[in-house]
Amino acid sequence: MNDSNRKMELVCPAGNLPSLKIAVNNGADAVYIGFKDDTNARHFAGLNFNDQRARDGIAYAHQHGSKVFVAINTYPQPSGWQRWQDAVDHAAQLGVDALILADIGIMDYAAERWPDLRLHLSVQGSATSQESIDFYHRNFGIQRAVVPRVLSLKQIKSVCENSPVPIEVFGFGSLCVMVEGRCLLSSYVTGQSPNTFGACSPASAVQWKETDAGLETRLNNVLIDCHTKDESAGYPTLCKGRFKVNNNTYHAMEEPTSLNTMALLPELQQAGVAAIKIEGRQRSPAYIEQVSKVWRAALDACQRDPENYQPQASWLEALEQVSEGTQTTLGAYHRPWQ
Amino acid sequence: MAPITARGSNNMSASTPKLSLGPILYYWDRDSVYEFYRQIAQTPVDIVYLGETVCSKRRLLRDQDWLEIAAQLEQAGKQVVLSTLTLIEANSELSKLKNICNNEQYMIEANDMAAVNLLSGKPGFVTGPAINIYNSRTLQLLASQGLRRWVFPVELSRDTLADMQQQRPEGIETEVFVYGRLPLAFSARCFTARHHNLQKDDCQLRCIEDADGMLMSTREEAPFLVINGIQTQSAKSCNLISDIEDMKQLGVDILRISPQAKSTVEIINIFHACLHGKKSVQAAAIELEALSPTGTCNGYWHGGAGMELAEQHLNKTSSEA
Repeated sequence: MNDSNRKMELVCPAGNLPSLKIAVNNGADAVYIGFKDDTNARHFAGLNFNDQRARDGIAYAHQHGSKVFVAINTYPQPSGWQRWQDAVDHAAQLGVDALILADIGIMDYAAERWPDLRLHLSVQGSATSQESIDFYHRNFGIQRAVVPRVLSLKQIKSVCENSPVPIEVFGFGSLCVMVEGRCLLSSYVTGQSPNTFGACSPASAVQWKETDAGLETRLNNVLIDCHTKDESAGYPTLCKGRFKVNNNTYHAMEEPTSLNTMALLPELQQAGVAAIKIEGRQRSPAYIEQVSKVWRAALDACQRDPENYQPQASWLEALEQVSEGTQTTLGAYHRPWQ
Repeated sequence: MAPITARGSNNMSASTPKLSLGPILYYWDRDSVYEFYRQIAQTPVDIVYLGETVCSKRRLLRDQDWLEIAAQLEQAGKQVVLSTLTLIEANSELSKLKNICNNEQYMIEANDMAAVNLLSGKPGFVTGPAINIYNSRTLQLLASQGLRRWVFPVELSRDTLADMQQQRPEGIETEVFVYGRLPLAFSARCFTARHHNLQKDDCQLRCIEDADGMLMSTREEAPFLVINGIQTQSAKSCNLISDIEDMKQLGVDILRISPQAKSTVEIINIFHACLHGKKSVQAAAIELEALSPTGTCNGYWHGGAGMELAEQHLNKTSSEA
């Protein structure tokens, strides 16, 4: 589905009510949120929305012309099924604008119980081709798919052209080098993964220890990295640690960088991308403010005059300041092959 | 759900599961692959999964080569299933996938939802471990589309399987990954190429140098993960030999062994002997530990971290046997 004249939507994260309001005030077309349990992929302590906060947030967004999407994008097992089903019912009754779902069973339930509710396929659904998106469209009538951060620009274009539904892509934020929904590294080490628990490298498994060699970071006792005094120690997300392969110690999987596709906006618009998603429900209201403001300005500039669009230095500077690892990359989008 | 200790001792319906051999996850040269399956044909394994599931650039064996091997294995009495790629990105990969899914002679194993979509409505297909079937409603929906067999996702526990077996749709076979390095993650990035400082599009297929993948250790030398191109595996081999009695009781139909560079035939023989009461679980566990490149684990099955080894269960199962 290619509609390159359509205005790309800005979809911003919110981990709490103040962040939601800030995103709305700074130009988010839609804000995505989660409930306070393992039904969403940012299941962190102190984050997310209870019933009253969700009600207030939805009312605020709707008053200001923004939409609210609820992410119920982890994979329920039989023992927890009811919690996911309740989350779908709860969101539907709150009058949200769309559910972001990953699990086939939950999607089947939502489509049957709430046939008028708009469904989006979550990035956790790992759909990397039009053929897999078609499965969810054919069976559950999804109206949008969020595609994993592993696709190149050329592949995004091709998916947009051939997909039965509009495509949402990640524009900015922390970068998963693995295909979302298909990474079990976290549960291999800690017993909890994004699929099962809604968190990667969960804080409860993290250990920090000062040693003579430096600051050690461990996850359930597995050494993820060791930082000398001159190095800044980031959160020990396990794919971003330094490991030893054939006597070389290096970031064997991923450098701790952030994704930033701002320079590619005209091409994404041309490809017919329907929405740009910002990662970071776990980030502070200050992050949400910077990122929403800058991305609103960039999307507007690109929409007005795509041919002469150029990211402004002040935008990039503002984004660099809130980036993880203070280094940004185009991720897979710039890959030349295939 | 019933705890392990409450299992019925008079469950006469428990039958002996079949043994399967999963697809080769590494890049081996053509002669090695042919020789490997020549040996596999002589083993008591019942089902063999064939084909490249990790990287579309690994093309030493063409489709007709795989079909030739399939015919040889079939002649030796094995059921053959054609496995498909796990991460479908490029249109070229999609076309190749369509070709395989159009094969009507063999069952197909889907490892991506694109394959599930292509196989929907066809006579019967299998889902591999990378298809997220985490609950009964998902299993039922896929069964209604023609699923005949599913491989239980490796990160889930026996308690979840117990729940799902109770609701299992009629005619669906359950397969469990019981031995081998666990497929844990897939990426667009090739970590083997990265290790050699090569771009992925000029990777020179260096993964052919590592018949069991490339070991990644922590900075204190503990074997941790294995790099296999775009796939990341566990360094420890999953080994559920101590749990096969439990699996029989749960009505598991098929036990999957994942190929490794050495000793795959011995591993099949050990499982077969154990399943048919010709070898004790303890003896088998000790032998398998010695044949695993960097140790074993069984944590996922027991509801913990995948890398853990729940040894107390070994004693429990053996005392029940």
